Amino acid sequence: MLHIVNKSPFDRNSLQSCLRLAQPNDAILMYEDGIYAAFKGTVIENDIQTTLSKCKMYVLKPDFEARGMNEGNVIPGIQSVSYSEFVDLTVQYSPVQAWL
Amino acid sequence: MKFGILVNEGPYQHQASDSAYHFTKAALEKGHEIFRVFFYHDGVNNGTRLTVPPQDDRNVINRWSELAKQYNLDLVVCIAAAQRRGILDENEAKRQGKDAYNLADGFRISGLGQLIEAGIQSDRLIVFGD
Amino acid sequence: MEESGAIKKFMYLNRKAPYGTIYALESLEVVLIGAAFDQEVSLAFVDDGVYQLKKDQKTTVNSGIGMKDFSKTYRALEDYDIDKLYVEKRSMEARGLREEDFIVPVQIIDSAQLSALMAQQDVILSF
Repeated sequence: MLHIVNKSPFDRNSLQSCLRLAQPNDAILMYEDGIYAAFKGTVIENDIQTTLSKCKMYVLKPDFEARGMNEGNVIPGIQSVSYSEFVDLTVQYSPVQAWL
Repeated sequence: MKFGILVNEGPYQHQASDSAYHFTKAALEKGHEIFRVFFYHDGVNNGTRLTVPPQDDRNVINRWSELAKQYNLDLVVCIAAAQRRGILDENEAKRQGKDAYNLADGFRISGLGQLIEAGIQSDRLIVFGD
Repeated sequence: MEESGAIKKFMYLNRKAPYGTIYALESLEVVLIGAAFDQEVSLAFVDDGVYQLKKDQKTTVNSGIGMKDFSKTYRALEDYDIDKLYVEKRSMEARGLREEDFIVPVQIIDSAQLSALMAQQDVILSF
């Protein structure tokens, strides 16, 4: 399945719950304020690293560009995607759970 | 593939409606079908034609109306949520004895059953909210 | 308005506390309307969503916070043949709640069981 997370991990527990309930081979897309989890140097980087060993992770480029975040600082292994590729992910995976 | 889209937040306060719009547009441009976009909770506020955003800002409501026109989209506003928040079409305004209505072009008002139907008929239901 | 075709699995995933925002109430509204469509329905309560089921909620339109106590509606779900109510154990325990704190009988499940259930769904409506 595909998990989509739109909350900053420093504000809400949406990502935390997503990581707890994601199964191996699930995919996780971070968008809106959720993108802040995708960058190096944060206190949750280790959790992201652990998740990357079992799940594919994606971050929505228009959302992180809007927020002044640099693609070069995305944690290696997380793939940056467009809205069009966001659509592709929802086609590829089912069901889709929005961690609001 | 056939998609159902659920929008749970109003325009401008939260990015949900923007994200839903960009997703919907991208899906349509890729040749997918959007079975329905359903507006629930404060999301019904995406369906008022009376907004006047500043000229240098996007017009969230018109954007939906135009997309609906271009692709013959079914934009449905939840009736119970709409009535609570003062979003009315002409018929509903008459029925409730109100002196005005404000439903924007391309939107229609209907019940929650339309959301369930979107879940049943679509291959994917994508929720945008807060 | 019943639809023909295969029965789909719908999960309502509730993660928000009641009253502070409208999501808990409106999730329940969808569940009740959805019951007429004869789909396979389950409700999951995760994170603050477990607070929705707390018994002894006391408020009416004319007293307390001036909002209707809708928690009694969970008791009516049985009449709609909706009997799959799942509470994530970890969310419940983290909030100091126990099974006897809930207004209706629920199945307490661990996170792995919930993950497996989620993966089986056709539609997850998250509020």
